[in-house]
Amino acid sequence: MEPSAVEFLELGSQHVVFLLVVGFVGGLVSGFIGSGGAFVLTPGMMSMGVPGVIAVASNLCHKFPKALVGAYTRYRFGHVDIKLGLVMAVSAAAGMWIGAGIQQSVRERFGESGSNLYVSLAFVVVLTTVGGFVLRDAWNIYRSGRMDAEERTSRLAKWVQSVEIPGTMIHFRTAGIRVSALFTLPLGFATGLLASMIAVGGFVGVPGMMYVLGAPALIATATELVIAFVMGLGGTLKFAMAGMVDIRLAMIILAGSLFGVQLGAIGTTFVPPYVIKVVMAAIMLIVAVSRALVVPVYLAELGLFGLSQPVASMLKTASFALMVASLAVGAVIIIGAMVRGYRTAAS
Amino acid sequence: MSNTRKLLGKLTASGTASGLCYAGLFAYEIEIMATFTRTDGLYPLLPVAAALVFSFAHGAFTAYFWELVGIRARLSLRRTSGQIAE
Repeated sequence: MEPSAVEFLELGSQHVVFLLVVGFVGGLVSGFIGSGGAFVLTPGMMSMGVPGVIAVASNLCHKFPKALVGAYTRYRFGHVDIKLGLVMAVSAAAGMWIGAGIQQSVRERFGESGSNLYVSLAFVVVLTTVGGFVLRDAWNIYRSGRMDAEERTSRLAKWVQSVEIPGTMIHFRTAGIRVSALFTLPLGFATGLLASMIAVGGFVGVPGMMYVLGAPALIATATELVIAFVMGLGGTLKFAMAGMVDIRLAMIILAGSLFGVQLGAIGTTFVPPYVIKVVMAAIMLIVAVSRALVVPVYLAELGLFGLSQPVASMLKTASFALMVASLAVGAVIIIGAMVRGYRTAAS
Repeated sequence: MSNTRKLLGKLTASGTASGLCYAGLFAYEIEIMATFTRTDGLYPLLPVAAALVFSFAHGAFTAYFWELVGIRARLSLRRTSGQIAE
């Protein structure tokens, strides 16, 4: 028998409760906006004493069945464009592959702190830019007072849809768009690249499908679940071949997340699309602040900045607390909007 | 048989299947962990297969659970991409 790569971790009841709760909230957010939870689950498992690589592998092993159930649920609601999801997933897999290589070379050249700094800066730059854009769009819809109106296609998406490149055009029926593969390929690639860095590729994939391709928010968030399924399945196989998956951790998270992902999916049928954008922007911007807090810590570890140990430790704790808060804020907005939508439907 | 009774039956059946999956996992956790982390042959497929089995059993249970407590999707009015979903 090949020796096991995973050290056996005794699971206490507090670990199980933590994984169930974060799994549920992460699932709720995933069912609603297509992704979320990994950025809390992975560091959360590491704080329980799970080695980083096993935390990543076990998280991926819960992600693909969760995405499968979420995608199936939203497919029944007519939200999933399977073709768009698969086309994006192919290039996302390539992006993930290249991204993992970049991560590896950064780690070899600058060490663990350099790698952490690279990941944190990627979080801050990408999430501030994209999250700010999504928030501005949601705010404009709110200010216009036409929250229930059909979504407007962005100018960029109108241009992308107008570009005819013979031999590359694909019609995505559920999304109601016809675009060149030369636009979907780089978008999927960027999604995979981001997934390899920060484990949440949907933070680029979903806004990309909405603002670059012109897919409605409901379709983009549901289609992201197809991409998450493909990438999660591939990632799980890769780590399982190295014996890195702790199936117990993955299945405990799954127990909570399947309740959450179905509730989140149902929630999308009760709220106007702009709420999806509000949740996405809120989570992205809070996570960006969370990662910005630890940038000085990694700069100090690389000797580029002076920082006392207590301050560094405080910044790390505050960063993790903000990560958890971002999921909690997302969950509160989702449940609040669902309750309002439910009451409106009942009245 | 009323719809609620039928639903309760489905919830019980899927809940039992899900419960058995989890009970089996933790009753034999040492043996399962030793087998599921093997890297030779087709053993790496075991975590994937287990995740799929759990997702079918527990996914069905959670779906029936939300339906039984009255939390159901509202499909009739939701417009997606120029099509009515239901």
